[in-house]
Amino acid sequence: MPTPSRYWREIPQRYRLEANKCKKCDVVYFPPRLICPKCKNRDLVETKIAERGKVITYTIIRVPPHQFVDQAPFAVGIVELDDGVKLTGQIVDCDFDDLKIGKRVRIEFRKILEEGESGILCYGYKFVPD
Amino acid sequence: MREVAVIGVGMTKWGELWEKSLRNIFVETALLALEDAGVDRVDSMYVGCMSSGLFIGQEHIASLLADYLGQTPIPSTRVETACASGGLAFRLGFIEVASGIRDIVLVGGIEKMTDVGGYEATYALGTAADQEYEGYHGITFPGLYALIARAHMEKYGTTREQLAMVAVKNHHNGSLNPLAQFPFEITVDSVLNSVMVADPLRILDCSPITDGAAAAVICPLEIAEKMKKPVVKIIGSGHATDTIALSSREDITWLEATYQAGKQAYSMAQKKPKDIDLVEVHDCFTIAEICVLEALGFVEKGKGGEAVEKKETCLDGRIPVNTSGGLKAKGHPVGATGIAQVVEIVKQLRGEAGKRQLKDARIGMTQNMGGSGGSTVVHIFERG
Repeated sequence: MPTPSRYWREIPQRYRLEANKCKKCDVVYFPPRLICPKCKNRDLVETKIAERGKVITYTIIRVPPHQFVDQAPFAVGIVELDDGVKLTGQIVDCDFDDLKIGKRVRIEFRKILEEGESGILCYGYKFVPD
Repeated sequence: MREVAVIGVGMTKWGELWEKSLRNIFVETALLALEDAGVDRVDSMYVGCMSSGLFIGQEHIASLLADYLGQTPIPSTRVETACASGGLAFRLGFIEVASGIRDIVLVGGIEKMTDVGGYEATYALGTAADQEYEGYHGITFPGLYALIARAHMEKYGTTREQLAMVAVKNHHNGSLNPLAQFPFEITVDSVLNSVMVADPLRILDCSPITDGAAAAVICPLEIAEKMKKPVVKIIGSGHATDTIALSSREDITWLEATYQAGKQAYSMAQKKPKDIDLVEVHDCFTIAEICVLEALGFVEKGKGGEAVEKKETCLDGRIPVNTSGGLKAKGHPVGATGIAQVVEIVKQLRGEAGKRQLKDARIGMTQNMGGSGGSTVVHIFERG
């Protein structure tokens, strides 16, 4: 479970999809990095990731971590966005039978989990069919 | 650099060891290794352990274990790189002896995983993934390897049955290993009908939760040659990293850290894949064994499943893989796994592997991997 400060720190990425891009080699990093792993350049400029892409692999989690017990079974995939960024997230509003590699999806802002009865609500990005 | 050899190994029965504490499991095992080596004191020790903090609420175990092994005030170091902690402890001990800083070094690994429930254990193991960008979205370790499996099946035509055959083969080998947690045979049908954990992986594709330890004693070759046991030389060592998040990799079916660590070890040993007589690999999930075979160059990219189906990796195959039963049948106390792989190779090269003994095994290899492939340690051994 994230503490409030740990949760708050990631808000720019989880809510606003903030990334950065290497000025030398043009690769987009999500989450943002302080140094480009490819060319070691430290001059990176803020950007946002693309909001559409395609599923490159997926699974259905049947035995979940305890915070996600209420949600199982649920689909998780790796999506390659149209700007080349790859990221992991849940694929929702989609029958499991309709999941396939290559499926077009877009990012939506959703609730990720509830931290018990009185804890914080955690939000972030999920993928839905496009 | 000095040449280094293994002079003693020890392993105790693995399983759900309710009656035994972390310290006692480790000490019993380490004493077996010391006895096997014929020494009663060592100059230094390294212990691989992924998460004693989360599993039993105890850190600072390097000193705890040196103390209970009766070895204080020697330097003792705990090593952590997720499930490759044991392999890396072995490598650091090797480097210390090779460099000439110490002579007799104990290298061990331990994990006590059953003092917490299933959910807590899943959480502790999950910390080997990127907590903010993988774990946050509800992915588990079976889930991450399921993502690799699905992509591998799509890209190379690897079949669900081929994955099952990895588990069946490892359980056959494990049935011949009295120290294994699950020393019995299973069938392809039983794997395909077992409970689904993360599609397409089922429970019998997954390595278990295990309590256990393993230990080895290493020293300079010139000292080893004066000892009573047959000499097993460490001729190659490699260690490499990759992105911790699976999604950040260019090709998620390819284990680059394993390829890189293997390349270093082959180069140091001046050997090629065809020179290796047997290999212990990190089959935390069935798909992992297939990907590792490809990354270490035993088969072409994409041909791992086919090699398993053609029985090339069986005890009497072209390259026997996981003669010990692997993580699947022998068990996977994460920090101990990398050292247990060394124990198996040493037993095979000495001709002490009992019912699963290979004929004329001369050169063996170990491959120990952390997370979804974010770290890998590889070693090559040769009978003296």
